[in-house]
Amino acid sequence: MSRTPLDTVEHAAATPDVELPWAELGLKKDEYERVVEILGRRPTGAELAMYSVMWSEHCSYKSSKVHLRQFGEKAPESDALLVGIGENAGVVDVGHGYAVTFKVESHNHPSYVEPYQGAATGVGGIVRDIIAMGARPVAVVDPLRFGAADHPDTKRVLPGVVAGIGGYGNCLGLPNIGGEVVFDSCYQGNPLVNAGAIGVMRHEDIHLAKASGAGNKVILYGARTGGDGIGGASILASETFDDAKPSKRPAVQVGDPFQEKLLIECTLEAFQEKLVVGIQDLGAAGLSCATSELASNGSGGMRVTLDDVPLRDSTLSPEEILMSESQERMCAVVEPEKVDRFLEICDKWDVIATVIGEVTDGDRLEIYWHGGKIVDVDPRTVAHDGPVYERPYARPSWQDELQADDANKLPRPSSADELKDQVLKLVASPNQASKSWITSQYDHFVQGNTVLAQPEDSGMIRVDEESGLGVAIATDGNGRYAKLDPYAGAQLALAEAYRNVATTGAKPLAVSDCLNFGSPEDPAVMWQFAEAVRGLADACQQLGTPVTGGNVSLYNQTGEVAIHPTPVVAVLGVIDDVARRTPVAFQEEGQLLYLLGDTREEFGGSAWSQVVHDHLGGLPPQVDLERERLLAEILISASRDGMIDSAHDLSDGGLIQAVVESALLGGKGARLVVPDGLDAFTFLLSESAGRAVVAVPRSEEVRFNDMCGARGLPVTRVGVVDGDSVEVQGEFTLTLEELRKAHEETIPALLA
Amino acid sequence: MTARIGVVTFPGSLDDRDTQRAIRLAGAEPVALWHKDKDLKQVDAVVLPGGFSYGDYLRAGAISRFSPVMETVIEQAKAGLPVLGICNGFQVLTEAHLLPGGMLGNDHLHFICRDQKLRVENATTSWTSDYESGQEIHIPLKNMDGRYVADEYTLDKLEAEGRVAFRYLDFNPNGSLRDIAGITNEAGNVVGLMPHPEHAVEPLIGTGRTDGLPFFTSILKKLVNA
Repeated sequence: MSRTPLDTVEHAAATPDVELPWAELGLKKDEYERVVEILGRRPTGAELAMYSVMWSEHCSYKSSKVHLRQFGEKAPESDALLVGIGENAGVVDVGHGYAVTFKVESHNHPSYVEPYQGAATGVGGIVRDIIAMGARPVAVVDPLRFGAADHPDTKRVLPGVVAGIGGYGNCLGLPNIGGEVVFDSCYQGNPLVNAGAIGVMRHEDIHLAKASGAGNKVILYGARTGGDGIGGASILASETFDDAKPSKRPAVQVGDPFQEKLLIECTLEAFQEKLVVGIQDLGAAGLSCATSELASNGSGGMRVTLDDVPLRDSTLSPEEILMSESQERMCAVVEPEKVDRFLEICDKWDVIATVIGEVTDGDRLEIYWHGGKIVDVDPRTVAHDGPVYERPYARPSWQDELQADDANKLPRPSSADELKDQVLKLVASPNQASKSWITSQYDHFVQGNTVLAQPEDSGMIRVDEESGLGVAIATDGNGRYAKLDPYAGAQLALAEAYRNVATTGAKPLAVSDCLNFGSPEDPAVMWQFAEAVRGLADACQQLGTPVTGGNVSLYNQTGEVAIHPTPVVAVLGVIDDVARRTPVAFQEEGQLLYLLGDTREEFGGSAWSQVVHDHLGGLPPQVDLERERLLAEILISASRDGMIDSAHDLSDGGLIQAVVESALLGGKGARLVVPDGLDAFTFLLSESAGRAVVAVPRSEEVRFNDMCGARGLPVTRVGVVDGDSVEVQGEFTLTLEELRKAHEETIPALLA
Repeated sequence: MTARIGVVTFPGSLDDRDTQRAIRLAGAEPVALWHKDKDLKQVDAVVLPGGFSYGDYLRAGAISRFSPVMETVIEQAKAGLPVLGICNGFQVLTEAHLLPGGMLGNDHLHFICRDQKLRVENATTSWTSDYESGQEIHIPLKNMDGRYVADEYTLDKLEAEGRVAFRYLDFNPNGSLRDIAGITNEAGNVVGLMPHPEHAVEPLIGTGRTDGLPFFTSILKKLVNA
C-alpha cells in the first residue's frame, strides 16, 4: 500500500515529526537516532526499510564484528588465498589454474518455522553466493542439528528439512557429498540447518560484488519479486523466538529450484562471454542489500527505478519491494553495449531480466518510485557502517561447576559383557547410527565427478578430468565439547574437519565457518562466542589455514535457554590426483590395523558419557594442533605413496565406532587387540583428538612404520582386518550382522 | 569412423553433461542438442538425459514432451532413430507415447539415491547388445517419481514380447510394477530406464563401477557396424 502523499526524500525533510515504525522493523531507539543523524533528517519509509534490514544482526554482524576481526588479524600467510573475508565467498587457489570457492551459512530460524522451505532456500542462498563469485557450483554439504531423535517435534522438523535440502539440491543437479546430522535436546526449539557449497572456476573468472563505471547498467534477473520473506532477516533471524508473538510463517521464503537452475546456467553463460562487471545475489535483505553493497563496493553511486522491478504482486509497496527476500534473483552490473547480449542469454534460458538502474558518477544510492525520489543515501552507511556493539561478556558462573563434574569419574563397565552391551548401545545411538536414511534422499552422483561422499570422512570432487586434481571438504562441530570449553571446542571442531580432510588424502587449505550461538544480549553466550572465535582464530593461525568467510547465527535460543555454543567448521583441501584418495571402508582381509596418535582417558563430552550416562561435564579432549598437523602430513603421504588402503579419523564414539564403520562399509570384520598400557574401555571409547586408524597392506608395513617413526608420530598395531565380526580379543565379539542391525535400524525406526 | 550421439538439454536437465562424458568415454562423439531447436544436427542417435526438466512441474516429462526438439525426436524415433531415455528422459518417452506406461511418485514418498542391482532382461536392443541376457549389474538410481505403472494388459504384453529390458533385483526402490526398471519399444531402438548408466562409467567416480558403459558401447558398435 502506498502512502498518500508518497514519502519522498523531499516529503521526509518537510515532515520531520512523522512517526515511523522503526521499533516494529527491529531497530533500537539509538539505532534509529543514528539513521536520522546520518541523513540529517528523518528517513523516508523506504530508507527506513533499507536501514532496518541491513542493520539487523543477520546482515550487519553488529554483535560479532569486534570478535570476527581476529580472523583477519590472525590470518596465517597463505599462498592459496585469492579472495578473503568480505566477499560473497572466499576463493582458494587449487593449482592448474583452477580456483575453488566455498562457504557455509545458516538457515536455522526459517527451518524451524517451515522446515521444507527453510532448508530448501538455505541451499538456494548458499549456491547463489557461489555463482556470484563466478564459479560453477559443484557440490553441497549440510551440517544439521536437531533436538532429541525421539522427540515428536523432531519428527516434524527433520523429515521436512531433509526433504527440503533434497528437493532443492537434487533439482539443481548438485551432488550432496557431506555434512553431519547431530541430535541433542539443546536444539529442540532451535534446530541448526547449516548449508555449505563449493564452486569451481578458472582464476581469470573470479567475479566480485561491485558496481563500477558510470553509465553501466544494473540488471535484475531471475524470479519476479513477491511478498515472501519480507523482513526475514530483521525480524526472524535477529530475535529470539517467543511463543506469545504471532506466527512468523509469512516471513519464510518459498523456493523454486527450477528457476535457480536456469539462473545458474544463464549466469555462467554470461560470465563465459565476459559480459559482467560486478554481480551480487539477492539473499537476506533482498534489493536493499544488493543495491547498497554493489554501490558501496564500487567506485560510483547508483540510481535505481523501483517501478521497473518485475513484480509477482502488483500491490507491493516500495518498502516491501526493497525488503522482499523472494528467492532466485540476482543483480548484475553490465556495460551498456553488452546489455543486449546479456538480455539475450537470459531470454535463451527463459529468465526474466530487466534493467532497473545504472551506475552514476556520484556517491549516492538514489531510488525512485512513481517519479519521486524515495531513497537518497550514502550506500556505505547502509551496507558497511551499521552499528557495532561491544556487547558485555562474562564467563558464566556455572562454567566451573560444569568442568568440575568430571566425566572420567563416571561408573565404567565392570565386565566384558557390560562393555559389549555399551558398545552396541553406542553404535545404535542416534548420533552414532548410520544416517543413510537421510543421505539416500540426496543425489550423490550428479555431475559425474563425485569421488567420495558421506559417510566418508570428507566429500571429494574431481575438478580436472585430465590430471585428476580434486578437492575435499569436511564439516565438523561438537556443541558438547564447546559447552565444556568454547575455546577448545572451536579448536576441536577445526581439528576434526582438518583431520577428516587429511584422512581422505587431501591437503587442508582453508576454512569457512558457521558460528551458531544463543542471544548476544546474554553475557554468558557472548563469552562463549568470544572464546570460540578466539580459539578458532588461534588454531587457524597455527595450522596455516585461513578463514575465508562464513556466517554467524545468533539468537538460537528459546526463552532464556540457549543452544550449546556450536561453531561448525568447514575445511577445504586439495588432492593432486583423486586416484590416490583413501576411503573409510576396509578393502582387504589380512591388512594390518594401526592406531595413530596417543590415547588418554578422555571422556568429557564424549558420546559414551551422553549415551550411557546422559551426562555432560568435565573437560573436552586436549587440543594439540602440532600433533594434528603431523598426523595430517603422515596420512597425506601414506595416501599418496600407497601405504594405506583405508583410513578413518577417530572422534565421537572413539576407536570402536571408527572400526565398526570401516567394517560395515567394507563388509569385512576386524580382530582387535588391546595394546599394552591401555584398558579395553579407554582403548575402545576414549575420544582423544589427533588420532586415526589406518589399514596397511602387509607389504607396506615396514615402510609405513619407518615413516611414522622417523617423523615422531606414535603408532600402535591394534589388529587386523579379518572375518565377519568385530572381535576385541579377551573381551567380546560382535558379528557384522548384529552390528549392521544396530547401526542401520535406529534412524528409520525413529523417523521414517 | 565414429558415431555422433545427441544429448538433449531441456531447461532443468541435470545429467546432460555427464551423459556427454559417458558417450565420449565409450568412444563416440557427443553432440549437444537444445530443446528449442527442432534440428537434430544429423546425429545417429539421441539420449534424453536425467534431471527435472521444467522443474517436473505438472508431471515429470509432461511439458518437455511438447518442446520443439521432441517433435523431431518422436518423428525420427518412429522411423528407427535409436533413442535412450534415462530417468527424466524415460518419463519424457512415456509422456511422448514412444514407450507405454508411466511413472508415479515413489511408493515411500521420498527421493531415493542408491547403488541399484538390476538384471538385464533383453540384450538385443540398440542400447543393450553389449550385455548378456540375464546379466546382473549395479547402476546408480536417483529419483522422486520412479514407480513404473501400466495396466495389466500392457504389462503382460511387455513381458510376452520380451520388452522388459531391466528389472530391479533384491530391492524394489520405488514400487514399480513387476520390478520393472526399464523397457524397450517393439523395434528395440527406443529404450527407457530409471537408473543412470552414465553415472557408472569410470572406476573412480560414484560407486566405482563401470556397469553402465555397455549402454554407450552397444549403440556405438551398432552404429559403426551399420
